[in-house]
Amino acid sequence: MAKYLLQRIASALLVLFLVVSLTFVLMHSIPGGPFSREKQVPPAVLINLEERYHMNDPLSKQYIDYMKNVAQFNLGPTFRYEGRTVNDLIKDGLPKTATIGFIATIFALGGGLLLGTIAALWHNKTPDTLATFIATIGVSVPSFVMATFLQYYLGYKLGLFPPVGWNNGAFKNLVLPSIALGAFPIAQITRLMRTSMLDVLSQDYIRTAKSKGLPGYVIIGRHAMRNALLPVITYLGPFFAYILTGNFIVEFVFGIPGIGQFFVTSITNRDYSTIMGMTVLFCSLLVVFNLLVDIAYTFIDPRIKLTGQKGA
Amino acid sequence: MFKIKKKRILTVAVAMLLVVSVMLTGCSSNQPAAPAKVMKTSFNAGAEPKTLDPAISTGVPESHIQTALFEGLTRIGEGEKVLPGIAESWTQSADGTVITFKLRDAKWSNGDPITAEDFKYSWLRALSPEMASEYSYQLYYIKGAEDYNAKKGSADAVGIKVVDPKTLEVTLAAPTPYFIALTAFHTLYPVSKKASEANKDWSLKADTFVSDGPFKMQEWKHNDQVVVVKNENYWDAKSVKLSEVTFKLLEDNKAALTAFESGQLDATENIPIEDIGRLQASKVLKVAPYIGTSYYRFNVTKKPFDNVKVRKALAMAIDRQMLIDKVVKGGQKPAYAFTPPGMVDLEPGKDFRTVGGDYIKEDVAAAKALLAEAGYPDGKNWPADVAILYNTSSINKLLAEAIQNMWKTNLGIDIQLHNEEWAVYLENQKKLNYNISRAAWIGDYADAMTFMDMFVTGGGNNQTGWSNAEYDKQIKEIANKSGDQKVRIPAMHAAEKALMDDMPIMPIYYYTLPWVIKDNIKGVFRSSLGPIDYKFATVE
Repeated sequence: MAKYLLQRIASALLVLFLVVSLTFVLMHSIPGGPFSREKQVPPAVLINLEERYHMNDPLSKQYIDYMKNVAQFNLGPTFRYEGRTVNDLIKDGLPKTATIGFIATIFALGGGLLLGTIAALWHNKTPDTLATFIATIGVSVPSFVMATFLQYYLGYKLGLFPPVGWNNGAFKNLVLPSIALGAFPIAQITRLMRTSMLDVLSQDYIRTAKSKGLPGYVIIGRHAMRNALLPVITYLGPFFAYILTGNFIVEFVFGIPGIGQFFVTSITNRDYSTIMGMTVLFCSLLVVFNLLVDIAYTFIDPRIKLTGQKGA
Repeated sequence: MFKIKKKRILTVAVAMLLVVSVMLTGCSSNQPAAPAKVMKTSFNAGAEPKTLDPAISTGVPESHIQTALFEGLTRIGEGEKVLPGIAESWTQSADGTVITFKLRDAKWSNGDPITAEDFKYSWLRALSPEMASEYSYQLYYIKGAEDYNAKKGSADAVGIKVVDPKTLEVTLAAPTPYFIALTAFHTLYPVSKKASEANKDWSLKADTFVSDGPFKMQEWKHNDQVVVVKNENYWDAKSVKLSEVTFKLLEDNKAALTAFESGQLDATENIPIEDIGRLQASKVLKVAPYIGTSYYRFNVTKKPFDNVKVRKALAMAIDRQMLIDKVVKGGQKPAYAFTPPGMVDLEPGKDFRTVGGDYIKEDVAAAKALLAEAGYPDGKNWPADVAILYNTSSINKLLAEAIQNMWKTNLGIDIQLHNEEWAVYLENQKKLNYNISRAAWIGDYADAMTFMDMFVTGGGNNQTGWSNAEYDKQIKEIANKSGDQKVRIPAMHAAEKALMDDMPIMPIYYYTLPWVIKDNIKGVFRSSLGPIDYKFATVE
């Protein structure tokens, strides 16, 4: 297990390094820069700006400087917001994004597992049709439609929740963005859970359990659920990374001051340090969660062992 | 038995749903109403400010908030009048190059007195190469300023002199009649020398923020809101009736409008194009003046737009009023010249645009004749790859499609549409990597020069490849060297004529600023330069 972990961490660092390097190259090869303006900046002013942000250094030096800073968890100053660093943006925004992500996770995981299980138990009956219907809506309705729909009907028309705003994280302000953010994963989890539950329920050992006269909740809760969960756990790695870094659309529509927005605005602004910072953040989270998922497997399914050897 | 258990699961699920929905409804109960008589309002500024340090800010959201927080030597008031601000009076030398400002007894929000030294410090600060202010060129009118900013001269050589704590003497490089109005622009706002020297990050946090305007900083929650409260130390505090203004920082215009309609916001601008018609019909929409022009650039260095006849033909063959009524809406005015209304002319009360008149006449028959003369009768021989370049946005797309269609119908020519992401579009426009390109210009001050100096040969904002000796002479040799309006204004009219005779650009419409505000909020001043001013506002 320890050997396996070390190997995984080493490969994760390599992946991070490659992703960051590639982003650096791609970023500098798109036309335009952080000082592209409709009102042209006079040449003398442009020189001052480039000096201030060390953009007159050769690219190779900028790259090495950046890598050195990243190694010390210093993501550098933003080009967009005076006096704020990318670390500040993350520190300010990530807790807000994560709060909504956390509520959305509970909503998606609880709802998805429940709906998926119901659908499998009442296979091809009304509850199944209903659950599948909900799942199809969740998957096929894009988040900007879902967000705007919730905002307009539940927020504006019915006045149940404030249509926009963070409001210091008041719960009523978090409901709509959390539902909008959770709609897609709830549908995904429902479908995964339904399929794998159906598969598990047709297995021999379930029939054996039934014939032994075990009560239904023991069969489902103890024998079926555990095995059916595996595909869902696999999905959870990327899911957490997705939900913790937020969703641009949801934050944009509901005016949530999280970090999801920076994934998009940093590129439009050619805010180089923020683009890099967001890449590092997302990539790290993805790698970490995938590792956690692998570890979680061993607890759910004792047959899986994490070793450094191939084919183990 | 199995069946019963399944039913139990279903019952639990339904119960859980009920509990959650009760929790949610319980949470939506309203807060108790605020006590009456306290006047507060809110406005969507549109985005997180890049900075609120006036020396380095450039954007629209910043200008809204800074108009509440700061005051320059002058302040723009109703009717675009230049009113005394921190300066109570000023005198000019006979040749117009030396201006002496007399400062009133005004205080910073922290109670310190505002002195001429603060202004000198602030302006040199904005000009210093280390600050790298993007708008430092707004101070280039001052003698020695450009050299200092470009590291070719010293700060001592800049023509700003503190005669005594309440007298500031400014020496200009050339007479500039609009310099006094420009002191109301944010780059020329003062910052407190004492506060800024004590803490270079004073402008980043609400508790260290020092300003001199009708309001002072209360709270700055990044990407969420900026709250300003009445500044009791403001020299004209008795005129300020509002106790608090909240500037929301919502970037989604649609969401901001929903927030306005549900009562969460008192006012917002940047109305989504699809809502303008509805708001106009219900008489909710307000339309403020805005000095700006929407136009298309022609690349005069490439065929077919190297031919002035082609450029003129295209400019004559669109129906501007139709584009306004059917596409952009919002009460814009068709542009038959470049400089929009709202600029001063020679005689008091006259407008530069009215005096200058129209330079373009929409006439399809004449346009067809011109195009035939240029070698493209009924669109024959027209090159296949001519495209309109625009930055990706729904309004730009709708406008380009409508114009494409008008040219097809009226002239028989096929034009492609090509959209690019903002920074890529800017880059290609700058490199003359286009045939026709969507453009817009918003004035910085209410003098035609803010439009007319754009198209000088090699100018950074020209971007058409156009060069004209007559235009250059009128702007550089005559208008920019004289402080006499009797010389400047006719020269700018002559330059505009040269521009329109050659038509490297096709003006489309003059901007307006559609916005919404609750009816009970009165006295909000919207300058045609854009910023919203809450100084005299009240809530009924």
